Amino acid sequence: MTNLIEIKGVTHAYRTKAGPLPVLDNLNVLVPEGEFCAVVGPSGCGKSTLTRLIAGLMKPDQGEVWLHGERVTSPRKTVGMAFQNPVLLEWRTIIDNVILPLEIVAPRMPQRDRQDRAMHLLEMVGLKGFENKRPSELSGGMRQRASLCRSIVHKPDVLIMDEPFGALDAFTREDLWQTMRDLRAAEPFTCVLITHDLRESVFLGDQVIVLSGRPARTQHVLDVDLPADRTIESLYTPEATDMLHLLRDQIRLAQGRDGGAH
Amino acid sequence: METLKKIAVPGLAIIAFLGLWELIVWVNDWPNYKMASPSDLPPAFSRYSGLFIEMGWQTLWRTVAGLGLAVIVGTLLGMAMGFSKIARDAVYPLLVGFNAIPKATLVPVIALIFIGQHDFNTVLMAFLISFFPIAVSVGIGLSTLEPEYRDILRSLGASKITIFRKIALPKTLPEFFGALKVSVTLAFIGTNLVEIVSPHGRGLGALFKSGETNGDYPLMFAVLIALAALGIVLYYAVVALERIFAGWAERPQS
Repeated sequence: MTNLIEIKGVTHAYRTKAGPLPVLDNLNVLVPEGEFCAVVGPSGCGKSTLTRLIAGLMKPDQGEVWLHGERVTSPRKTVGMAFQNPVLLEWRTIIDNVILPLEIVAPRMPQRDRQDRAMHLLEMVGLKGFENKRPSELSGGMRQRASLCRSIVHKPDVLIMDEPFGALDAFTREDLWQTMRDLRAAEPFTCVLITHDLRESVFLGDQVIVLSGRPARTQHVLDVDLPADRTIESLYTPEATDMLHLLRDQIRLAQGRDGGAH
Repeated sequence: METLKKIAVPGLAIIAFLGLWELIVWVNDWPNYKMASPSDLPPAFSRYSGLFIEMGWQTLWRTVAGLGLAVIVGTLLGMAMGFSKIARDAVYPLLVGFNAIPKATLVPVIALIFIGQHDFNTVLMAFLISFFPIAVSVGIGLSTLEPEYRDILRSLGASKITIFRKIALPKTLPEFFGALKVSVTLAFIGTNLVEIVSPHGRGLGALFKSGETNGDYPLMFAVLIALAALGIVLYYAVVALERIFAGWAERPQS
């Protein structure tokens, strides 16, 4: 399998009033095509910076980001993004929100086809019947579902998600993990997921990358050896529990604290 | 029932206000040359009805023209301030300083520069007094746009113009209409200022002035009432536009 995303020796610092603030330090990440890569790490370690680099929204001070064998220097149409805030456009209906990327990426696509594509996705995430509602009429979980549809409506090669389920309650979050799993089974895409939730990273990820505290380096890479058709119950198996323990210890290390602080 | 209530409540409030006014004048036994009462107004309106329509139209179109100019210039200024920090730092003090100047002091200045151009002067003043809130609100609306909103389109390689048209512009509309509600009454004041102060003016302001010159108090008060009515019409015209273009921002009341 070829690597779809290659992050090679990326170092980046923000210029602040107090001087340069290094956030990424010689970071290396490889994500094979079709893989789901979950990235965890302490707060403020530069995870969001990583998403913006992959999306081509900013350039690293040093190092290179490659996507599909091409060096990323500017945004490209083959990327989808989802954030913690669903950022739906309040003046558009749900279906028109989902269509938005198609208006940019495929300006010549007939409106009929756009709507069919959007409806297909909305049906998959359980939003059928809500397509003509405004975002303000939907719950937080439903808004995030619509946001997910929008991020993959144009069939991106890479889906970049920055804590998309972070603001949801625990049960809604688990629902959305399963939605995510089903979406991936229906139409495969490569995914980078930034998260604070270790269970989420194990449920969704094929590999979990633990970043160190700021400035972030790759501290640990965990291959998740669970079957693809995971259920919430899979998280309570001994294998999954072991992985969660390992990740927890790695996070503690990353925070610069040694063990014992249970 | 709902619509009846919607008309009846403000209608009754206006009648109560006029009744109170009539009562105060009657209790104090003020003569017409001191304070006109509402019952003096209908005769004044009917006597000068032709003038009211003609002058009202003058005031109306010049106010709307000035406001239109304020919308264009204010939006452009707001865009400059919203997108560029340098423009914001440069323009803000100038704008605030200009806005702090009482506009009445500008009337003689304008009248001297553009002698006899009454229509132009009036539209100019309506514009000068009303563009500030629009510029500020558009500027703030654009500069406070959450970066994620921009990123969802920017990550697809959308141009700045596309991002503005599809996201920044509609997102700023509620703020824009909020400012337009302030600006519409300001523009109205600007128009009347020039009409009243400048000699040989036209419009309702000039009609007020002629009432004053002739000691016709009922006419003066009738003009004030006409101004109030016209102001209400303009304001609700903006409200109607807001409903059409930014109705999505209104949350259902529970």
